[in-house]
Amino acid sequence: MCQVDEEYNGQLEHVATPSVSKKCVKCKESTAVLIIRAVDAFCRCCFKEYFIHKFRAMLGKNRIIFPGEKVLLAVSGGPASSSMLSQVKEGLSRDAPKKLRFVPGIIHIDEGGASGQSMEDRRRAVAQVESVLRSSNYPYHIVYLEQALNLPSSVLEVGSSATEKLQTGPSYKAAVDQFIQTNQNLHPDLFLENAWSHLSSLSMQEVQNGLSNPITPENTQALQRLFASVRTLTAKEDLLQTLRQHLILHTARTEGYTKVMMGDSCSRLAIKLLSNISLGRGASLAMDTGFSDSRYGDVVIVRPMRDYSSKEIAYYNRMFDVPSVFIPGLDTKAQDKASIQRLTESFVNKLQTDFPATVSTIYRTSEKLHTACPPQNTNSPTFDKCLMCACSLDTNAEEFSAFKATLISEQLSQRRGPGPGLSLGTAGAPGPPPASFTGQGQCRSSDEGQRQGCGSREPGCCLSAEMPATLDLKSLLCYSCRLTIKDMTAVDILPQYILAEAERKKRRSHMRKEISEFLLEEEDEAKTS
Amino acid sequence: MAAPIALHLEFGGGAELLFDGVKEHHVILPDQSEPWDMKQLLVWIRANLLKERPELFVQGDTVRPGILVLINDADWELMGELRYELQDQDNVVFISTLHGG
Repeated sequence: MCQVDEEYNGQLEHVATPSVSKKCVKCKESTAVLIIRAVDAFCRCCFKEYFIHKFRAMLGKNRIIFPGEKVLLAVSGGPASSSMLSQVKEGLSRDAPKKLRFVPGIIHIDEGGASGQSMEDRRRAVAQVESVLRSSNYPYHIVYLEQALNLPSSVLEVGSSATEKLQTGPSYKAAVDQFIQTNQNLHPDLFLENAWSHLSSLSMQEVQNGLSNPITPENTQALQRLFASVRTLTAKEDLLQTLRQHLILHTARTEGYTKVMMGDSCSRLAIKLLSNISLGRGASLAMDTGFSDSRYGDVVIVRPMRDYSSKEIAYYNRMFDVPSVFIPGLDTKAQDKASIQRLTESFVNKLQTDFPATVSTIYRTSEKLHTACPPQNTNSPTFDKCLMCACSLDTNAEEFSAFKATLISEQLSQRRGPGPGLSLGTAGAPGPPPASFTGQGQCRSSDEGQRQGCGSREPGCCLSAEMPATLDLKSLLCYSCRLTIKDMTAVDILPQYILAEAERKKRRSHMRKEISEFLLEEEDEAKTS
Repeated sequence: MAAPIALHLEFGGGAELLFDGVKEHHVILPDQSEPWDMKQLLVWIRANLLKERPELFVQGDTVRPGILVLINDADWELMGELRYELQDQDNVVFISTLHGG
């Protein structure tokens, strides 16, 4: 079965489908119109029931959303997120049997600046999406990707989880009661029915993000410069994903949303799982593809559409007139081999046609993944997270790991710059700067304690507010973010908030090293007690 | 001995980008001796309607994996896929599921 040139043609003959129409497998009366999961034929009504039920079941099974909670829906305009919006509308409507009870808001990000669309096209697309959002009667925010360049550096901080205590409660009901009580104390005038009247009194103008077009051509150019400095499409898509997450996180925090709903479908998550492994994000697979993603602490990302294949979503949208807008992205019309994500997508799709259980097998495998939580290290909670993607740093590996081996071979294959000599076996140090990164006037010191390696023109640059050398940035990133940065021609084009946060973390870590002898470690206390 | 067949074709989900952005097409398939089936329709579309990048729509005999085909609002897998014989005034929809959302 696993031989390279084995022919499958003989065994994969399709069974001739009878020309007489099939009956629905559920109600057994009406004619079937759709085949799901390769064998189940559903009629129109049963399919609608099945679709709606799956959404409710997904939310009900993972009891994460509390009644009255503010939830931000991330709608890109595509089929899956538009479908999610219509399901939320359906679930919240007055005549739904057990209606969902949370308070939704919508965010739409216009990414045209990154994919090089003209202002005309972008305006048209945004107008189309806006008309869809307006018909839902929920407050919406239209955000432009250019605004990601001006985010505050606080967006990279991991907030404390507001609901941490709640989730360890004995039962969901107890957790809900506790949530209601806390909220009533904090915001007595913004709760349940009051929340609804508050929402309806908000005019759309107030809620919309500032002016109708808050971006200037300079911003767009800066964004395009950022993306142009990234050499590969893989890294571009990765960077886009990161910026998008930060924007959504920032909006959620400023507007007071504690949950974000993303519209990732089953097929998309299967592709994401495989491509993340190829990108080096294996350590955070559970968070990236699971139902809930709590890496940001105070804002939890949930994925209620993760049980729907893209076929079911496309079909539902077509049959029940769910409006969606197609917006071309970075990888539209790209070739199959243009990026890792594209390649994985075409691989999974091709495999799916011949082996229809592919996507669901990958999905079920991802359900079984859980992150093993490291013991809460109260000493350095802020230093264990990657700067850009906020997942745990996986690069503090031991001396003889495969990761160290790649670092050593990287050292050996680069031409050494005239910096301070470093011995090969140095644990923890990422090696001398690769020749391609040392720009003019950049500090070449790779060991923060030493000042003699400082080749910069400004005095005391290692600890000043100057931009850190690339090397310093790398030690704050997880493996795959490092690869993304490696594909950039110059790191100082990164948005200011990332560089500022990197600088802050570096200073903190240096300070910590300086006073580490004087800190009382918890283990020391245990030993002495 | 088949009469010319009038069809209503629709393209969605991004597939319309390959057809100059036009989502709906009313076409009339010319006369031919054997009845038109889906396989021949795909060949015809590739020759006459597809404006660019045929490999993004058609792959070999069939549509590219990831493109959903609906015939008269029913899944084409229920109709026999490529072997389905087209009737006059049929509605064929091609939806690309390759862009997420």
